[in-house]
Amino acid sequence: MRQSDESQIDFRPFAPPLPPGRARVVPWATVMAGSLVTIVPVVASLPLLPPMGLIILLTWRLLARFSLRPWAGAPLGLFDDVVSGQPIGASMLLWSVVMIGIDLVEQRLIFRDFWQDWLIAAAAIIFCLTVGRLVALPLGAHVDSVLLAQIAMSILLFPLAARLVAWIDRKRGSAT
Amino acid sequence: MAARDRRTGFSRRRQYGAFLGYVVAVAGAVVGAVLLVISTLHPATFAPVRMSAASVTAPVSSGLDAVARWFGAIPTAIGSYFQVHGENAALRAELKRSRVALMQARTIVYDNHRLRQLLAVRDRDDTTVVVARLVSSTPSSGRRFALLNAGTLQRVGSGMPVRGPNGLVGRVTEVGPIAARVLLLTDPESVVPVRRIGDGMPAIASGRGDGRLDIRSAERTNVRFGPHDMFVTSGTGGLYPPGVPVARIDHAGIDQAIAIPFAAPDSLDFALVQRPYMPLPPPPPALRAAP
Repeated sequence: MRQSDESQIDFRPFAPPLPPGRARVVPWATVMAGSLVTIVPVVASLPLLPPMGLIILLTWRLLARFSLRPWAGAPLGLFDDVVSGQPIGASMLLWSVVMIGIDLVEQRLIFRDFWQDWLIAAAAIIFCLTVGRLVALPLGAHVDSVLLAQIAMSILLFPLAARLVAWIDRKRGSAT
Repeated sequence: MAARDRRTGFSRRRQYGAFLGYVVAVAGAVVGAVLLVISTLHPATFAPVRMSAASVTAPVSSGLDAVARWFGAIPTAIGSYFQVHGENAALRAELKRSRVALMQARTIVYDNHRLRQLLAVRDRDDTTVVVARLVSSTPSSGRRFALLNAGTLQRVGSGMPVRGPNGLVGRVTEVGPIAARVLLLTDPESVVPVRRIGDGMPAIASGRGDGRLDIRSAERTNVRFGPHDMFVTSGTGGLYPPGVPVARIDHAGIDQAIAIPFAAPDSLDFALVQRPYMPLPPPPPALRAAP
């Protein structure tokens, strides 16, 4: 909507802000941008960065139900594996399982609001990070306390991601 | 928010479309599981995919790195301007103190050279292949890999040891055209043969995953590791050149102790890629089938 003084009337209230094709690309692009946070020029000695790609994927899936197809977990997970250092296939499998699992949960829930979303996202984050640690690292590795911190940070980051995704979603308009 | 998607309605096309979406989703999970098994059993399979992605991300990372370093240098420059007088006095005092040690070291170097000539020992030259920077790492995964902004075009090869100014960093595992992946010392799957400075006691340094190393004695039992025992590479196995500093014991222990690596990768400036100390022998010729 234009904010100029002459006309504050929106003459095309139902026009989509973005063409549908581009609006469909936006969720994919934001999830991939989240995965690409790992290219920040820091050589970390502890795995403390939350999995931003996963968090943004969960947020899109829970906040805007139709923004991502049910199969979007596999290609996005593959991209995340390529840039994250996990063995290839780990996120591809886990993110697909999470997308299917959220669908199964939705079938049983009559109604849900943000708190239930947060709970579902927390369960998904715990599942993905724990199983990801089990498949990527030998059992004797001493990363479990760091993993707990990473899980806590990721869960606490969900509301922020929700605000961000809601803002982007409002800008991009509805597209199916 | 209504939870269920009932938009398919009576449209057959939409119903089949939704069903197909779930079929593809399950297929994606199955493909992911297969890829995971392959990459667990044979991690090098997907190296080309990873390294072509790294060829795109490594220049971006090194650009960001340069910008961050430029801004990071500003406070240092201001601080050093004000500290320069005190630093000057401290350095002069230290120079005076270290002159004696320098004389001793010169004598030792001369003696060492002479004795080595007597023994006719030939040193292998550990030539540096390239000096590059570690530009990014895997901060969200438990594995400890870093990305080096040099690749096959700079003659970096797989298996080459990487050291920093303070000590050993790790070794190259995968190489792309302009980027290479380095397995850091602290990765849970990294193992380095080391020996203790002083008595030369052999040990194994393996990564813990939390930024520290486990040092285990290699040949004797009931070995005591005191705090501040220092370890250098032993050259066993032929990959790492001998004498590169690796780690210092943090907590004393018997047969096993926790050590802190000398080269903290998060404060790393440059990384030197070196040739493997003893290159791998060529593969044996294939046995001919008996007639």
